Amino acid sequence: MAFELPPLPYEYGTLEPHVDSMTMQIHHTKHHQAYVNNLNAALDKFPELKDLGLVDINKAVGTDKLPTEAATVIRNNGGGHYNHTFFWKVMTNPSNTNGPSGAAKEAIEAAFGSVDEMKTKFNAAAAGRFGSGWAWLGVKSDGSLAITSTPNQDNPLMSGLPDAAAMVPILGLDVWEHAYYLKYQNRRPEYIAAWWNVVNWEQVSANYEAAKAGTVPL
Amino acid sequence: MLARGLLAAAREGLSAAPGMTRSICTVKLPDLPYSYGALEPYISGHIMELHHAKHHAAYVANLNKALEQQAEAEAKGDVSKLITLQGAIKFNGGGHINHDIFWTNLIPAKDFEPPSGELKTMIEAQWKSLDSFISTFNAQTAAVQGSGWGWLGYNKGTGRLEITTMPNQDPLSVTGLVPLLGVDVWEHAYYLQYKNVRPDYLKAIWNVVNWKNVADRLAAAKQ
Repeated sequence: MAFELPPLPYEYGTLEPHVDSMTMQIHHTKHHQAYVNNLNAALDKFPELKDLGLVDINKAVGTDKLPTEAATVIRNNGGGHYNHTFFWKVMTNPSNTNGPSGAAKEAIEAAFGSVDEMKTKFNAAAAGRFGSGWAWLGVKSDGSLAITSTPNQDNPLMSGLPDAAAMVPILGLDVWEHAYYLKYQNRRPEYIAAWWNVVNWEQVSANYEAAKAGTVPL
Repeated sequence: MLARGLLAAAREGLSAAPGMTRSICTVKLPDLPYSYGALEPYISGHIMELHHAKHHAAYVANLNKALEQQAEAEAKGDVSKLITLQGAIKFNGGGHINHDIFWTNLIPAKDFEPPSGELKTMIEAQWKSLDSFISTFNAQTAAVQGSGWGWLGYNKGTGRLEITTMPNQDPLSVTGLVPLLGVDVWEHAYYLQYKNVRPDYLKAIWNVVNWKNVADRLAAAKQ
């Protein structure tokens, strides 16, 4: 069973003007597709790993569950496939977004004091990630929320990595330059600020419930 | 260069040992040796302007800020602060060093000349031909994960050229190799023109490589 590029839950232009249509199209059909293709190629020699599923493949990064000769390719492309699959779903039509609610909102307030404080910390993590990477809001093993950033296509599921801040992600933001350069060029903070307009808080709440129940949202 | 060490020391009521002036280094954004549009059609003028006036300029500004904070922390003996500044100095210092080299490694296509003399001899001895060198360089550089650079470096110990890559803005010099030619493969270096097709950028850039500059760097390294 090969991995496949999932369709977007919306049109390429739906997130305009905050994330532009051309970026969404290239990001989905070129960048994400390449991660899928490369992951499938890497796993051709190790079919038992394909059966693990994408989440468990990511959890296996940095452990001896992955064969040494494929470890890096799987880290980069298994990470890339999970991260982007997750990412498309935590975004939505800007007219749909209402802000956090329910248990997720309470958890945010408990961990950060307020939603605004959480955003301030998240923005700092996203702007401060040097080079390529991602910023994450996630549920730690003690059930509380935390923010971290990871380099390249790493993510907080990869608890086997040294310096890993192990969490189950409930919200993530791609800060690789390909995610924003066509519209924002070097102005990453402007991209980050605009992105809050398209966050799918219903999905974030669903992700939070899944994480609390001990499963990993995908 | 600003010599603030003695003044700062006097304000703090500390004494400076004779001859022990601590200066803050201030780096400057260098001018490009050509206009922004001069590398067209291989690298667009829009990219060159953003790359120089925004990206490189930011490394310079942030490096200077970090160095100033480092001087203050040092004057106060705040070792903890010194440690927290190391990341910013590495990122921005490396960014400045790398781009400083990069602009000189490029030349308008109308002035392009292929490698000659000792440089040509060494390339052919190690890779059989310039084409084969470029293929090898491009394959390694295209494969950089995330942000980074491809480098042709000189190994003083072995007297040989080496192709290698570095992540983020880590400067080649930390490996001991002397940087001769760098190719920036951060997405900002090519995305507006080539989008995700990094290999097309890597094919194009060889039309604007300043081999004379590379040869000069090699000659300097061999002294």
